Amino acid sequence: MEILNTIFSEATNKALVNVVYILASVLFIFGLKMLGSPETARKGNLVSAMGMLIAVVVTLLDQSIIDYKWIFVGLVLGSLVGVIAAMKVKMTAMPEMVAIFNGFGGIASLLVGSAEYLLSAQHNIGILIPIFLTVVIGGLTFTGSLIAYGKLSGTITGNPVIYKGQQWINGILMVALLFLGIEMIALQGLLITMDWQILIAAVALSFLLGVLIVIPIGGADMPVVIALLNSYSGLAACAAGFVILNNVLIVAGALVGASGLILTNIMCKAMNRSLANVLFSGFGSVISVGGSSTEQQGEVRPINVADAYLILEAASSVVIVPGYGMAVAQAQHSVRELGELLEENGSEVQYAIHPVAGRMPGHMNVLLAEANVSYDQLMEPDDINPTIETTDVCLVIGANDVVNPAAREDPQSPIYGMPIINVDKAKTTFVLKRSMAPGFAGIENPLFFKPNTRMLFGDAKDSITSLVSEFKT
Amino acid sequence: MDAVLVLLLFVLVLSIFLGVELISKVPSILHTPLMSGANAISGITIVGAILTSRAENIESELSFALGMVAVFFATVNVVGGYLVTNRMLGMFKKK
Repeated sequence: MEILNTIFSEATNKALVNVVYILASVLFIFGLKMLGSPETARKGNLVSAMGMLIAVVVTLLDQSIIDYKWIFVGLVLGSLVGVIAAMKVKMTAMPEMVAIFNGFGGIASLLVGSAEYLLSAQHNIGILIPIFLTVVIGGLTFTGSLIAYGKLSGTITGNPVIYKGQQWINGILMVALLFLGIEMIALQGLLITMDWQILIAAVALSFLLGVLIVIPIGGADMPVVIALLNSYSGLAACAAGFVILNNVLIVAGALVGASGLILTNIMCKAMNRSLANVLFSGFGSVISVGGSSTEQQGEVRPINVADAYLILEAASSVVIVPGYGMAVAQAQHSVRELGELLEENGSEVQYAIHPVAGRMPGHMNVLLAEANVSYDQLMEPDDINPTIETTDVCLVIGANDVVNPAAREDPQSPIYGMPIINVDKAKTTFVLKRSMAPGFAGIENPLFFKPNTRMLFGDAKDSITSLVSEFKT
Repeated sequence: MDAVLVLLLFVLVLSIFLGVELISKVPSILHTPLMSGANAISGITIVGAILTSRAENIESELSFALGMVAVFFATVNVVGGYLVTNRMLGMFKKK
């Protein structure tokens, strides 16, 4: 390291380091901009990675760093784990992967904040406020992400965990954190003398808060939670930037924070619910069986594969609507194969993807891209709905709430007002479903009883595979 | 408040506006890679983690240890995040 320091002795002066940080920030911005289009997205990710690389390298060249050994141990071990995780993860497991990475970002920021807190001999408010924020946001991002990971991977129940006085307990916890913040920042250890005791208390409370705010949220609301945790991991890094007065942490953290907030907002709009409603209502735990839901019931018309094939064979336009069920059944490859066969047969095939389909924003798009579906066939509801009346067949695969016409028609329905894909208006709609059990939210779906709906019961993957073999014979 | 802090707050506010502008334009088909790519960027806290080992800090072994654990977690976040985003984006093809 001696040699490195001599070679770069000039380059390591503070001004130049900061210039490189600015360059890194610019690369992050360009990277994110390029992520805006499928053609440039991959390059954009590389540009952003370059930004990270130069930021890390110039930081390593900082002359005041005296012990490199453990830094390299951390870098090597972290890279190893990162590479293995990134290479081995299945695309269907992407939501939990993103969740756990968010958590790691959060804990890293928490540790940076804690280290700086224990170091700083003279505490001033300008440093203490961001330290407190880093620890709290980082801490709740960490445990919140772990819970989200558990829910998404099925390790813990995906159902909302609701108990009496939940709001009160969370409220008390937040007040406690607030008092702790005052103690740490304004009183500076008037009541608790040891720094580390205050720190431990702050970490413990924020860990607990992270767990408690995520457990009441159900599986289908996970896209919102993941986006929100994504935002928090950025905000934690941003707060850490104020602790060490570092511009690149602030810029990068703020970009991520903003990105997560926008995604959160998009997800909430796509469900026609407020963020507060998603976070606190425990949606889906209370199954409201109102009178209206039973009235809507009518006759269910099942169809078998052979008949479904005949209708599909004659269709000139087909819209495929995938949902979380497609991911669970791992049916994306069979779906793509069916799509291709339909196209060879002369049908126009499009995929209609609702923003909240699946367990994270864009989940279905990734699965279909993995299965080699051309991305220009992946449509949003607004592209599909205007022409849905002229669509011959809609194929609903493992989606439920996002195609529930009650969102449009029944003001009593819990999902009333949510923008949906209007498959009930298509000429014919096939719903691939295991049984008549209601979807996640326990809401009756009148779509199943519409005269133009046919239910194709069974495992989605099996049904699709059977349709594919019908086409091939 | 000192001048540096005010300047950094200024940077913060501008960055948030910039972030909002940039991300609003990302189409929904790219939301997952966007999220995991943004997540990798949040690993920038690695810079802070590395800097916990600077000379004036070395007297506290505990801080140093915390900083090094932070280096590990941030590295997983950065390396894993960028790689998995790259892997995902490699699958988005147009026929």
